[in-house]
Amino acid sequence: MSGLAILIPVALLMGLCGLVFFFWAMRNDQFEDLDGAAQRVLIDEEEEPS
Amino acid sequence: MNAIAPISAGQPQAIVSRFVVPAIRCAGCISKIENGLSSKPGILSARVNFSTKQVAVSHLPEIRDDQLTREIETLGFEAQILADNPLAEEKGSTDRLIRALAVAGFGMMNIMLLSVSVWSGAAGVTRDLFHWLSALIAIPVIAYAGRPFFASAAMALRYGRTNMDVPISIGILLATGLSLYETATGGAHAYFDGAVMLLFFLLAGRVLDGMMRDRAREGIGALLKQAAPGAMVVENDGNTRWVASRDLVPEMQMMVAAGESLAADGVIISGSSSFDCSLMTGESEPQPRSKGDMALAGTLNLSSPVIVRITATGEDTSVSDIARLMDDAGQRRSFYVRVADRAARFYAPAVHSLALLAFVFWMFAGAGWHQSLLIAVAVLIITCPCALGLAVPAAQVVASGALLRKGVMVKDGSALERLAEADYVLFDKTGTLTLGHPIPVNLDALSLTQKQITLALAQASRHPVSKGIRSALLALDIEPAALEEIREVPGEGMSATWGDVNVTLGKPEKSADHLSSQLTVGTEMVVLQLQDEIRPDAAEAIARLQALGLPASIISGDNMRSVSLVSRALGISAQASASPQDKVEAITRLSDSGHNVLMVGDGLNDGPALAAAHVSIAPGSASDVGQQAADAVFTSASLMPVALSIQVARRTMQIVHQNFALAIGYNICAVPLALTGMVTPLIAAIAMSLSSLIVVGNALRLNGAAN
Repeated sequence: MSGLAILIPVALLMGLCGLVFFFWAMRNDQFEDLDGAAQRVLIDEEEEPS
Repeated sequence: MNAIAPISAGQPQAIVSRFVVPAIRCAGCISKIENGLSSKPGILSARVNFSTKQVAVSHLPEIRDDQLTREIETLGFEAQILADNPLAEEKGSTDRLIRALAVAGFGMMNIMLLSVSVWSGAAGVTRDLFHWLSALIAIPVIAYAGRPFFASAAMALRYGRTNMDVPISIGILLATGLSLYETATGGAHAYFDGAVMLLFFLLAGRVLDGMMRDRAREGIGALLKQAAPGAMVVENDGNTRWVASRDLVPEMQMMVAAGESLAADGVIISGSSSFDCSLMTGESEPQPRSKGDMALAGTLNLSSPVIVRITATGEDTSVSDIARLMDDAGQRRSFYVRVADRAARFYAPAVHSLALLAFVFWMFAGAGWHQSLLIAVAVLIITCPCALGLAVPAAQVVASGALLRKGVMVKDGSALERLAEADYVLFDKTGTLTLGHPIPVNLDALSLTQKQITLALAQASRHPVSKGIRSALLALDIEPAALEEIREVPGEGMSATWGDVNVTLGKPEKSADHLSSQLTVGTEMVVLQLQDEIRPDAAEAIARLQALGLPASIISGDNMRSVSLVSRALGISAQASASPQDKVEAITRLSDSGHNVLMVGDGLNDGPALAAAHVSIAPGSASDVGQQAADAVFTSASLMPVALSIQVARRTMQIVHQNFALAIGYNICAVPLALTGMVTPLIAAIAMSLSSLIVVGNALRLNGAAN
């Protein structure tokens, strides 16, 4: 039982972290341009964009 | 779209404008546009959205949209300002559903973790603890993730109707309430896992449905063009100033330059020009108008500046008349009930009476109210239309994805359902059966030098004939000749000097009976014939539609002669010189005789007919009104997508019906178990996930339906 007292809160907390992170990503438009993200990898950044 | 965006303090307020740039194809384009724009003064930042082919430019208020369009064009990309997006709010609703789905997924996994322990034999205090933990997770999750269903069910009940959400809400609420009671009294079975899992699967269906709508709307929003935003008004003292459309009033005099659209209806008081009315009336040839003639809002001034005295603005213009006609015509369609809701009409009462019967039966059999209620809830959970809720959206999403790859954007699921029912097709002519712009048919009559001169002359004019000649010559990789003193004489054509030879491109001396243009170089003369070509595979597409059981005919606003040319070439019947009202009446007549009419049209004049038809499709070159009124838009030059959409829609409905059969078959097996009280939470969970997986798997078969 004492193991459960630690493991269950930890599992729930980790799940919640994931959920919070997902909400953050949605709010910050991380899923707006999925194809673009794949393309942007290929851009050479010679000069720092302003 | 202009919106004030807050930026870091100390800087003036920036404005965000959005542009459609269809030519964005690679990473190179992204960096070229972003770096090229943000280095310009007055532009704070530029961000390309590759998926939607849009650029959002954050800039200072003093830079106008048309300046930005030019900036993007100098970078080598055609750009179009995106008008206010009335659909943005809809997108928010999908975002809410995705959040609810994430919460339900989180809850489902954690509760399942606890439930598995209970199923594998946890007993006594451990089981009670796990049930309490499940309740702790499940109740907030259900309160949050269940809102879309509860809200819609409450709405339906308030109007005394029932939809799919009513049995869902009742099932979930009852299951949660009973499980809470079980937990409090230390009972053996709690259905928190079942209730949350149900929510998860149903939300997945809703999210799919919403994503499908958004995807098509983004595509269509990207094609929307801004209508004339205003006009240059001539003041009494002779000065001109820019007045926005909504501030125009009758009796103002507006100056309309060549190439501009009219922002209001009016009478020409000075100058003469020709007008492109094709979107308004379907007439393919430019209409000459001079002093004293009416010019309508939405038509395009082609050749020379005119001054127009405004007679009607805003709500009173002919464009708005058409919009009103469209609203009326759309009424009929709003009565359409989607297939899932039709199923729910029978399903919900059946399920509820079954659960009630089970409860009453076990009460009489002496099982006690607690046991009887448990069985009734098990029946509700088992029969909850989990598979039904997924059956329709999953099939429609896969099908619309398949169609999208073929260049057809379907606006929503109900469009697919109605497409499958269509059994008669009406085509508009100009811009629908034909490409909508005249192209020269005898370019071979010109020598290379003549082609170069023609191109240089045609480039300088906005007349549709010139445009057609220009695009045909550009397609042949012709370089324009170097000309001097290029002038456009309204109604006559273009003239210039080439070296010391006079060259002209314009109206032939012997006025031919259809579109043509005459090139003179010194003393040489060549007459170019132009035709508004029929779409390349129109005949095959119509034959295929006929094979599918959809007879076709033409209804056009153009004159009899142009229409009969097309109708003879395609071998189908036609009605010419039809007003927007006539088109609606033709559709009503057909509907009254029992047909489900598919209308294919593009113009403003087709708007009411597109809205009145059972289902409608517009080409990508259509007017804003056409695209908004239509259920689907196809972007290719070919007409085949129309036949293809019908085929895919019918195939989709087949799959949907199969899925219904699967879901009902599953119920026939599972309900007796539930009625006899043998369903434990474990069996309910397995049955639910299995049936959902099966319908999704079946829907995936549609992936290749458009090939």
